[in-house]
Amino acid sequence: MFSDFDFNVIWRSLPYLFEQGMTFTLTLTVIATIGGLILGTFVALMRLSSNVALSTFAASYVNLMRSLPLVLVIFLFYFLMPYIGQWIMRADQPVQVGAYSSTIITFTLFEAAYFSEIMRAGIQSIPRGQVMAGYAIGLNYREVMRHVVLPQAFRNMLPVIFTQTIVLFQDTSLVYVLSITDFLGAASKVAQRDGRLTEMYLFAAVVYFTICFTASFFVKRLQKRISIIR
Amino acid sequence: MPMITIDNVSKWYNPTFQVLKNCTTSVDKGEVVVVCGPSGSGKSTLIKTVNALEPVQEGTITVDGLSVTTMKKDLPKLRSRVGMVFQHFELFPHLRIVENLCLGQTKVLGRSEDSARAKAMKMLERVGLTAHAEKYPGQLSGGQQQRVAIARALVMDPICMLFDEPTSALDPEMINEVLDVMVELAKEGMTMMVVTHEMGFAKKVANRVIFMDAGEIVEDAQKDDFFGSPRSERAQQFLSKILAH
Repeated sequence: MFSDFDFNVIWRSLPYLFEQGMTFTLTLTVIATIGGLILGTFVALMRLSSNVALSTFAASYVNLMRSLPLVLVIFLFYFLMPYIGQWIMRADQPVQVGAYSSTIITFTLFEAAYFSEIMRAGIQSIPRGQVMAGYAIGLNYREVMRHVVLPQAFRNMLPVIFTQTIVLFQDTSLVYVLSITDFLGAASKVAQRDGRLTEMYLFAAVVYFTICFTASFFVKRLQKRISIIR
Repeated sequence: MPMITIDNVSKWYNPTFQVLKNCTTSVDKGEVVVVCGPSGSGKSTLIKTVNALEPVQEGTITVDGLSVTTMKKDLPKLRSRVGMVFQHFELFPHLRIVENLCLGQTKVLGRSEDSARAKAMKMLERVGLTAHAEKYPGQLSGGQQQRVAIARALVMDPICMLFDEPTSALDPEMINEVLDVMVELAKEGMTMMVVTHEMGFAKKVANRVIFMDAGEIVEDAQKDDFFGSPRSERAQQFLSKILAH
């Protein structure tokens, strides 16, 4: 099987794979993580709010996003976005959004749902007694959040946030459905063009594995370092 | 002069479930009052209303002449003067012992980091835990954690102390080290309201005993009267069960 294995094809396509493919994969991961975290925090706060309208809206949003496969959401948004744009801007024709922007918006919205659940769980994981103890020594709501609840919640959720980011990094490969050249897409294109499917897909697998495994390893180390002794 | 007054206090958890029914009592300066009763009788809820950790719907509560029930803005300040010790210690697990003792001092009382630390070390010495200052709560035994929790309340120079079942979550061999600290405090004249099942402690240091059942204060008597000849049948039953062995 490996007798006619052509390492050269990998070597030749490296600049294309990384400069084009990996750059997009990482860009999408970073933007969707940051955007998802910011949006997700708001969604989490809305969901924890005592305002029924806000919390119902947030809960519906999260449930909807989590009940649909990501591929479907990517497709749906790509086809619907122009019409939503048209409706919002009251334009005569559907607004052209483009695959690239559409993907970034979709991933951000999708990840926001997941991150909001991580944040909500993190905040709710802090026992009520801790909040009471904070109030009992005379801290006000903001101080209790800042010095008692959030430092503990953050430690609890940081490893999960990183793990979710690793999952997101892998999920970005789903953009192939819109013919965007991410890392896997780039490898796939070279594989088809040069008829070197085995080499290119194996190489892609090795790269994904190396990055994700290394990242998971560091997340585990981080988890040990910041975890609270109970 | 009463340090704490509880006047006709009622509380509902929802429109149908009343946890406190027209409770009225008071605690004088320097007095030690033990609150006892079966589980679910509202004793923990009652003690938490004193520093407004549990809001009430009816009645008034004052601490040192200030109304807790109507106060909004200065509530944190008042709470800082009322020490509270919880059943499950509730030390902040992400902070070192000494940091646990400094948080309230620096953020609420505005003390400098240095003077807060000095005060913290003094209190740790008092509860015999100086050697553990730099550890985290999780590294200490339950009894040690509860002593730290008492020290955390004491560094704020409280005018009175509330104890909510301070020994019920402890292993038997650790109960005494905590009670010793409390007895010491009582001897020094600290005003204390203590929810506990430790009748030995009550007999030793309490001035008065309040017996609660089903959200009501059923009996509010001098210690000797309560243990000698409880008037109500419910208190008699409770005592016979708890003192059976």
